Amino acid sequence: MATQRIDVTKTGDVSVVRFRDRKILDETAIQELGAELFALVEIDNRKTILLDFEGVEFLSSAALGKLITFDRKVKTSKGRLKMCGIAPGILEVFQVTKLNKVFDIRPDAAEALAAF
Amino acid sequence: MAEQPSTTAWRRSVKLPSERGSSRLVTDDLLEQLGQHGWPPDDIFAIHLAAEEALVNAVVHGNRLDPKKSVHVECEVSPDFVRLEVTDEGAGFDPGSVPDCTLEERLEAPSGRGVMLMRSFMTRISYNAKGNSVVLEKRRGDKPAEG
Repeated sequence: MATQRIDVTKTGDVSVVRFRDRKILDETAIQELGAELFALVEIDNRKTILLDFEGVEFLSSAALGKLITFDRKVKTSKGRLKMCGIAPGILEVFQVTKLNKVFDIRPDAAEALAAF
Repeated sequence: MAEQPSTTAWRRSVKLPSERGSSRLVTDDLLEQLGQHGWPPDDIFAIHLAAEEALVNAVVHGNRLDPKKSVHVECEVSPDFVRLEVTDEGAGFDPGSVPDCTLEERLEAPSGRGVMLMRSFMTRISYNAKGNSVVLEKRRGDKPAEG
């Protein structure tokens, strides 16, 4: 059975997603994470989603790939996705790959929620 | 009294099976040694990232998860210098042929960032002519280059 990779809570209309793993690098974990994220849009039909990376210390390029696909799915369903709480090292990964231009990244949850 | 960082170089040769998750057989020891040699957290993050990308590339793209093939890894950790050599038994590839993932039209492609991350976060990376072996080097305190 797949391990649960995320926890989802609601703040107003926004689904706030938090990650259970501190390091998102194992390929099986990334597949499971992708499936859980995609279900938020494809099954639960959620439109306003915040990914809160508080506590995540590391992610690999395979995890970036899942985030890109997820971002695209949200945009295709006319939803809105924001990200926050990203550790400095991971933020550097987003900057180096210029994904900070693709994703809507906010420093913390309060600022991200206010921006929806 | 705080433990003094090790000043002796640590070297290790590892033969990895071509299976998902095998990178930990290298990265667990590598991270421990970086800590023991007093490397700062930013550098440890960078080396971990580059090592993970190189090892996954070798296992998944190089050896294509073939159980008959192995990935050979040479590690060296000193207080100011790290070197990793990762060699697979695959056909090799031309690292120059990987498209630039920071181009506007490639920004949303879900793959193809591993080589770029290795280049950005390490001081130097080089491939052999066949393209099945990569050397990653990091000098302490080098900052990642933006793409």
